[in-house]
Amino acid sequence: MENKEIITKVNYFLIDEFELEEDQLVPTASLKETLEIDSLDYVDLVVIIEKTFGFKVKGEDFVGIKTLQDFYDYIINRVQAN
Amino acid sequence: MNRVVITGMGIYSTIGKNIEEVNNSLYTGKSGIGFEQLRKDLGFRSGLTGIIERPDLKGELKRRQRVGMAEESEYAYVATIEALKQARIEEDFLDKNDVGILYGNDSTAKSVVESYDILKEKKDTALVGSGAIFQSMNSTITMNLSIIFRLKGINLTVSAACASGSHSIGLGYHLIKSGLQDIIICGGGQEINYHSMGSFDGLNAFSVREDQPQKASRPFDRDRDGLVPSGGAATVILESYESAIKRGAKIIAEVIGYGFSSNGDHISVPNVVGPAKSLEMALKDAQLKAAQIDYINAHATATPVGDLNEAQSISKVFGPKTPYVSSTKSMTGHEMWMGGASEIIYSVLMMQNSYVAPNINFENPDEHSAKLNIATETIKNHNIDIFLSNSFGFGGTNSSLIVKKIK
Repeated sequence: MENKEIITKVNYFLIDEFELEEDQLVPTASLKETLEIDSLDYVDLVVIIEKTFGFKVKGEDFVGIKTLQDFYDYIINRVQAN
Repeated sequence: MNRVVITGMGIYSTIGKNIEEVNNSLYTGKSGIGFEQLRKDLGFRSGLTGIIERPDLKGELKRRQRVGMAEESEYAYVATIEALKQARIEEDFLDKNDVGILYGNDSTAKSVVESYDILKEKKDTALVGSGAIFQSMNSTITMNLSIIFRLKGINLTVSAACASGSHSIGLGYHLIKSGLQDIIICGGGQEINYHSMGSFDGLNAFSVREDQPQKASRPFDRDRDGLVPSGGAATVILESYESAIKRGAKIIAEVIGYGFSSNGDHISVPNVVGPAKSLEMALKDAQLKAAQIDYINAHATATPVGDLNEAQSISKVFGPKTPYVSSTKSMTGHEMWMGGASEIIYSVLMMQNSYVAPNINFENPDEHSAKLNIATETIKNHNIDIFLSNSFGFGGTNSSLIVKKIK
């Protein structure tokens, strides 16, 4: 899967499932402060990543992920590792 | 002691999605019952059920507010929005005052079943999602609504089987009467899915008149063959008379009596003595004689034994001359955890509009229902100053409420 396709899929579930606006999805956006992803939302991110990409995320994997770009990079690395 | 009044009502039911629609259905005797093939495919004895559309709250509530809501929480939200609007209680008032919530609910099976289905398939609790726990607790309605409306008062779910909604109003009445709270959102909610009803269907308590769904719920009729499960939600805003006057709220009616009892007998079969005790306690609390009641909204669910015993309880307390009696479950089906609250609303609507809603499908009495003055069709231009509403549940829990017109 190409990186662009992965980012498109991530953006799709952030808009569709998490009801974020497309113009909010800039790479530098903070997941917590700007996109208002809270601790319960991380639980749902685990579910939707498994549905979309087929791998399981551990809660602690999110510790170093601060921005949307960090999140894209994490998903891309996991998809490529698989 | 404070007087306790009703200042708002809201409903989402199988016979209407708001007060106006429900009032029209009650007046015309419209049934909300239908047939669901999926129940038969799953091995249900009866495919009969109340039919209701799930409200779409996307766009009205944020995702975080919605994901923890079970089906009955959604119904309760819609009903409560209508009730708060009628009571003229807005967000700013809720932020500045200790408004409470006491809501009846006694199951939330669908979310529990769905969570377990995920576990069976995925073998990982991390894949159940964040909303499941908040959907799968009996207090799903009170926990969600108290957050959405930012409530600061009492926050409690009342689980008392088919008397849950009625007890929630009775307990709210006492908290306000004693001065502990000024305003409480009371009510009852009931999920309507097959997930929650399979075990009940297994007791052979449901009607199997599947070829005539709208004639299946036949409370007090000689040929009744069981209840029809149904649901939705009903909200009643209870308030102290003083608070209502101070706010300039329109007072709809006054709650003047609450009676309760436990049969201490059989887990599913009701008796005569327990309900009669509840009725007598409500009359005593209201300082009324039985003859002063203008209308009885019966619990009657259309089960052979339940209706038989309730008819005897009413006769025991009211003697040979009863006021008009009807069971609105003939139209709605059995709204269970919701019923005690919705039936207060149905009766208030009759009181406000001077009619008695019909006990539809009552064609032939049995030995005991023949002694009751059952409204077989809409009784028009009938003044109701005071009514009594009964709710009885599994485990022998009984609740009776008496409500009076404000003049």
